[in-house]
Amino acid sequence: MEKYLYIALFAPLVGSLVTAFFAQFPKTLFTGIFTSTLIFISFVSSMILLNYVDMDTIVHVEMMDWISAGNLSIPFGFVVDQVSVIMMVTVTLVSTVVHVYSIGYMDHDKSFNRFFSYLSAFVFSMMILVMSDNFVGLFIGWEGVGLCSWLLIGFWYHKHSASWAANEAFIMNRIADLGMLMGLFLIYWQIGSLQYDIVFANIVNLAPTTVTWIGIFLFIGAMGKSAQFPLHTWLADAMEGPTPVSALIHAATMVTAGVYLVVRASEIYVLIPEVGMFIASLGAFVAVFAASMALVNRDLKRIIAYSTLSQLGYMFVAAGLGAYWIALFHLMTHAFFKSLLFLGAGNVMHAMDDELDIKKMGGLYSAMKPTAILMSIASVALAGIYPFAGFFSKDKILEVAFNDGSYLLWFALFIGAGLTAFYSFRLVMLVFFGEKVHEKLGFHPHEAKPFVIYALTPLALLAIVAGFFEHSFHEFTTQLLSNYEFTLEHSVGMILIFATSAIAISGIAFAVFKYKRGGFSENIENWGIYKLLSNQYYIPKLYEVAIMKPFTALSKFIWLEVDMRIVDSTVDMIAKVIYGTGEKARKMQSGNLSSMLRWMVVGIIVLLVLAIFYRPMV
Amino acid sequence: MITLTHYLVLSGILFSIGLVGVMKRKNLLMLFFSTEILLNAVNVGFAAVSKYYGDLSGQMFAFFIIAVAASEVAVGLGLLVLWYKKTGSTDLDSIQMMKG
Repeated sequence: MEKYLYIALFAPLVGSLVTAFFAQFPKTLFTGIFTSTLIFISFVSSMILLNYVDMDTIVHVEMMDWISAGNLSIPFGFVVDQVSVIMMVTVTLVSTVVHVYSIGYMDHDKSFNRFFSYLSAFVFSMMILVMSDNFVGLFIGWEGVGLCSWLLIGFWYHKHSASWAANEAFIMNRIADLGMLMGLFLIYWQIGSLQYDIVFANIVNLAPTTVTWIGIFLFIGAMGKSAQFPLHTWLADAMEGPTPVSALIHAATMVTAGVYLVVRASEIYVLIPEVGMFIASLGAFVAVFAASMALVNRDLKRIIAYSTLSQLGYMFVAAGLGAYWIALFHLMTHAFFKSLLFLGAGNVMHAMDDELDIKKMGGLYSAMKPTAILMSIASVALAGIYPFAGFFSKDKILEVAFNDGSYLLWFALFIGAGLTAFYSFRLVMLVFFGEKVHEKLGFHPHEAKPFVIYALTPLALLAIVAGFFEHSFHEFTTQLLSNYEFTLEHSVGMILIFATSAIAISGIAFAVFKYKRGGFSENIENWGIYKLLSNQYYIPKLYEVAIMKPFTALSKFIWLEVDMRIVDSTVDMIAKVIYGTGEKARKMQSGNLSSMLRWMVVGIIVLLVLAIFYRPMV
Repeated sequence: MITLTHYLVLSGILFSIGLVGVMKRKNLLMLFFSTEILLNAVNVGFAAVSKYYGDLSGQMFAFFIIAVAASEVAVGLGLLVLWYKKTGSTDLDSIQMMKG
């Protein structure tokens, strides 16, 4: 089985490296097909491993020694267990679809080859992240996906906004990564190893305060990668990247790495329920906070990005309350329907010549029926309507919150569910139905190529049926993760399900009803709350005023005063002194033998004097 | 009685004469003479000190210096003759080809 592990891990790397040689050349279709095939091979290997792994058998290999210095020994070790294999399958499945989709989407881009090289490099980094058997390997993958995210957000680097967004994402993640590194150092300092099995076996022996700090630091890392408040602003700006990137990296895989980390380190988090409670509260807050921003946004991709944020909040609620398998389950179903939603949005963008304002669309259903159907499926799944995937995973999270007795969290998530249903159907209604605003503006939408639509069908299928795997998923993952005990009575559970479904359906109904009649009046835009929401609670502005401006001023001060005046002038002075003495001493080299002999005599006398008067201590 | 001091004083005087010659003389031939005086001043010193301590290595070193001086003069005079044939002068200031 090691063979399949290596194939799954290294096939994307091979694709990326081979394609990298073509990066400077004009579009060659070969690169797209080649990388897609390799990712598909990786997916097949992951599926084989999924079938292979069970209660007693996991695949654990040590490829070679990597770092061994003193007591520190870190091998290149990989483990395929119940958690990582789920992640592998999810990642490679979505990646395969996104790769095939990108062949169509990036068709006219002159950096076609470069795109596929980056995209495959991302998949490789993500595989390292999920498959590593130690925290250092996870961290390497963590940084690798960060790098690829930076490369891909800034893929159209000639656009200022894109390179700005790329830098923002990268820098925010660096801030959070510092927290994660502290956590790793703390683990190594206290336990002396970074291998998962050793760490988890010894973590119970540590002082509770230490474990709490480890949990907090690791979660800071997760907050950055999963864009939780207050490090959330980069995710919406990251939508500057090409849409397949948003689908793969900023919806399905990379941003869920934070959830994966918490699930992976669940044996640490079960010991510190207070930190778990904090994670859950923050998650619930973000779930509502992000959903509220999605309500009023007019940018097609940003709405979906906020929705991703909100769903990540749901996952953290589950993970924080100890229902790790449910967090992982929602992660998986969310990956399917959210990437589908994004890829559908990509089709819409192409049809509308990269126009993103949903108020300028409307009535696209007649022009692009398949995309409309696919996006509606994804939206229904996102809203959590039976029997679509989102229903199973999201309802479970609400049940967990209720079961835990944190009714406030439950209520927040309940409201969030209503908001989710509303904004996803606001989007569908404004884009595909209602008045055909785009005709007035002179757009001529057209449907995407057939193979692009076919590529999306697996995701649509999974968005519909993935929920029915709940039972086997539960059995499979709880072989490794601790089980979550529901103490809720069956009838209460049923009431909860009905209540959640009711609010979701009413959210949908409200959106459909309202936007069929032309939506809200323009007056609403003058309301304070609308302004607050559409300016994202003024948080980006706050960051700009409170952090960026003072920092720029400080940097400028240091540049002009410290660097130019002190550092530079010191260096200049040294150079000037040397230059000046050289200019003076040059006269000695007159080329006249007799004057040179005289200088020689002077030198001898100086040496003699030194020899006589200078007595070094013996 | 002639003591070690006398020899060393003689050596010092000879060395000074040679040094002044090296610095002052402009004729290349004279420069060679001065160099010989310098070397032989040192030889006198070596021989005297060697005798004083009853150690033969000083005198052996003086022999080495004589040999080196002889070969130096052989090569140096050869070059000097060549230079004279080429330029018709042995003036030191005329040799300035390496002036920067």
